[in-house]
Order: sequence, then C-alpha cells, then structure tokens
Amino acid sequence: MKTPYSAFSLLRGALNGQKHWEPAWRDPEPRASYDVIIIGGGGHGLAAAYYLAKVHGIRNVAVLEKSWIGGGNVGRNTTLVRSNYRLPQLHNFFEFGLKLWHGLSDELNYNVMFSPRGAMFLGHNDGDMIKLAERGDAMRCDGIDAELLSPKQIAKIEPLLDLSRDARFPIDGALIQWRAGTARHDAVAWGYARAADALGVDIIQKCEVTGFVRDGNRITGVETTRGRILADRTGICVAGHSGHVAGLAGLRLPIESQTLQALVTEGVKPMVQSVVMSQSLHCYISQSDKGGIVMGGDPDNWPSYARRGQPTITEGAIAQAVSIMPALSRLRMLRTWSGVTDMSFDGAPIIGTTPIDGLYLNAGWCYGGFKATPASGWTYAHTLATGKPHELNAPFSLERFMTGATIDETAVGPMPNHR
Amino acid sequence: MYQIACPHCGPRAQTEFTYDRTVDSVVDPAADAATAMQALYTRANPMGLDEEIWRHTYGCRAWMVLTRHRVTHVIEAVKAIGPEALP
Repeated sequence: MKTPYSAFSLLRGALNGQKHWEPAWRDPEPRASYDVIIIGGGGHGLAAAYYLAKVHGIRNVAVLEKSWIGGGNVGRNTTLVRSNYRLPQLHNFFEFGLKLWHGLSDELNYNVMFSPRGAMFLGHNDGDMIKLAERGDAMRCDGIDAELLSPKQIAKIEPLLDLSRDARFPIDGALIQWRAGTARHDAVAWGYARAADALGVDIIQKCEVTGFVRDGNRITGVETTRGRILADRTGICVAGHSGHVAGLAGLRLPIESQTLQALVTEGVKPMVQSVVMSQSLHCYISQSDKGGIVMGGDPDNWPSYARRGQPTITEGAIAQAVSIMPALSRLRMLRTWSGVTDMSFDGAPIIGTTPIDGLYLNAGWCYGGFKATPASGWTYAHTLATGKPHELNAPFSLERFMTGATIDETAVGPMPNHR
Repeated sequence: MYQIACPHCGPRAQTEFTYDRTVDSVVDPAADAATAMQALYTRANPMGLDEEIWRHTYGCRAWMVLTRHRVTHVIEAVKAIGPEALP
C-alpha cells in the first residue's frame, strides 16, 4: 500500500524528515506473460490499465511504453476538457468522461488540477449562432449543460475580447459549457500511473513493441526491445503511431498521422478567465495556472511523424487569436511544440475489437484525445476485460467505416487532411 | 516547411502546395465494394516512404506525385501526373 498523498502524511513526514515517501510507481522487469498487455503508456493506456485493475479486478496487466510515460500526446496537448459535441454518440461519450474528470483527483489520490472554468465557442455570424444554438439544444436534450451567451454576457466573462462591430471577426455570441475547463496534463499521466501501479499493474518504460506473436488469426503476445512478452489480450493504444503499430500486425487503419502544434506565452496575471475557442476560425485560447497563455490551431494538413510543424500554421493561429483578443499581441512567445495526431476518417475515435482475435484497438483521437482520457480508459478497459464494447464505445467500432455508420461531426467525409 | 520542386514551375515554397491523398487510396470505379472501401477508408500510414498526391494549388494548379518520407520529410521524387504529363 502506497503512502497516501494527504495533509496527515505530510505532517507525519515532518517528524521524520519526509523520508517515508516512496517512488510513485515501480520500475519492474517485464514478466514472461500477462493477462492483458496495453501497448502505449500515454494517458489513455494508463487509464485503461487503472480501470482494468480497479473496475474489473484484472491486475496481471502490463503497460508497455517505448520511451517514458507522459512524453507523448498526453504531454503535448492544450489540456482542454469539454463535452460540447453536437452528435449524441460523441457528447454522451465525452460527458461520461467529463463526469469522471470532476471526481478524478479524489479517485486517484493525485491532484490533476482539473479546473472547470467554462469553455466557450464563439459565433461570428448568423450561421455560426444557428449552429451553436442547435448544438446547445442537442446537448441539453441529453442533460448536458450549455448556455447561449450574448456579446454583453461574454464581455462580463472575457472583457479583453474585441466585441466591437468593426472587429476583423465580429463576435455575435457564444455557447458556453460551464462544467468544461482545463487540467494538468502531466498529473493525469502520473496520477493514473501511480494508482494503476498501486493495484499491481506493471508499467514498463523504454520497452518498444517491434512485432506481434501470432498463432493463426490470434495475437498471443508481443516482441519487444526487452524480449518476448505473452498475453491473452493485447490492446493497441498509441495515438499518432497507431498506423505503424497496427501495421506490424498487418492491419491497415482508417487513420493518417499528422502534426498538431501548440504554443505558450510568457506567464502573466490572469487575463483569460475561461477557455475561448472559435471553430469558424481555428484557434483556442486558455490561460494555464502558471499564467502562460496556451494557444493552438489547425493541424498541418499533410502526413508526418516528425513532431515538428510548419511555422505558417502557428502564425495563422496566432493571427486569429490576436484578432479576437488584441491584448495578446503584447505577449512574448515562450515555446512551441507539436505532437503526432491520429486523424481518423470521420473525426471520431475507434475503440473496440479488430479482425484479429486477441487484438484490440484504441485510436483515431484526432486533435481531441486529452479530454477523453478517463472515458477512453474506462470503456477500453471494459472492452479488454469482456471482449465486447461497452454501450458508450459501441458506436466507435472499426467496422463502422465498412457499414457506412460513420460519426462525422464536421461532415467532411473520408479526408482527414480537410478536417 | 520546405521546398517542393514542381515539375512545371521549379522549386516553390511548400505553402503553395496542398496534400490530397496517397496514390494507393485512389478508388478504381470498377472495384468491388470491399476493395473500394479499403482504398477509400484505410491507409498504410508508414513511418517511412509513401507515394502522395499533392497539388500546386496556389501556383500552376497541376497535380503531382511525391515520394516523401514521413519522418525525415525528404522528398525522393516528384512526378508530374494528369494531362500535363502526357507526351
């Protein structure tokens, strides 16, 4: 049993020089076999391992990570958490996740710094406002909070937005979800890792999967840089590298990998209270707890695994952000970074079985995987434990592309580069 | 960002070009449903070379095939396609 993180533990440590703390998770050697192997120690993989142990009692589980946990997309996003989708399959799934987010710090005994500060989508014209109202109605029909704001109401929340009529992108209103917000990305990975490890899950870092062990149409384990490891069930959970890992098993996926960039400015006093997003433009703005303004925009719309992006894309996102919030122009940029996103062919994720027995897939998160972490882990754990999807992830099957049941929120069709 | 050597215009900034899809994802109108679905909805998405269809959208508007590395971004070949490529 790990020492719980609490005021009492801290007080007890004060008497012995804080020498009673243990590492947050072990660094075990891989065993010869496990009940379940999860490939990928990102947020989703660690969450799935945690819920496998916690909800389903399956503790003989290994999470294999080729580098270090939290170094992939869980550490490269803009930490936004929301469930304001138009389509019921999506908003019901993300709402389940949002409810888990609200109790996550207590659940994991780790402060994930979830901050439900409200997230608003801006509308810049009549068409935008009709679509936002429709989205809000669809959400409220399923019991999810959404409120349409007038420019006057927006001004009270975000006084620095340019709400004048001669603005480059006039703001006609917004749809806000008050229960949405931000969280601390590292803490999510570390919190799930610590809690999963406490339940017996082996988190094996610097262990890259190089192939699959196959018996007919069944995957019975993986070949790794640290030897062969067998498992009854193997789950792929590697985000941007899904195409590569699935390719090792001979699968072609409805996924193309692209670069998504983000940036942060120097830290300043509180100036952005909520999360401000514009989907007509493509930028999103929030302020981290350290004070930096975190911004992002469109993916680079061409395939890449390089984790470095095209500066013109960042420049475009900054230009949009400055046009809707002119005060941002005075800030200096601290750094930019990018991650490899797994762009699916309808913009929705894939969580479920594959045509190969014993092999499961969790992928296709496009540019929106962080907010899904708890729901993705929870439903993937259910699928790995029972061999069947939960009703929440049943719509997100791999077969939907063949049957025509795609879940295309933006109605773009099978062109991830136009999404 | 890099330069792409357009077969018609010579080297130009990448921002003048747009990526469309991979060569193996072009759907043959005579293909059966399973093959068409495979072409339309799946990709090899390799961590290496792939053949990609790009267009010089903000230049001569011609289509071309790039053999491009997805990790290093090195372009090994650019080939003109379409009517312009006919002798």
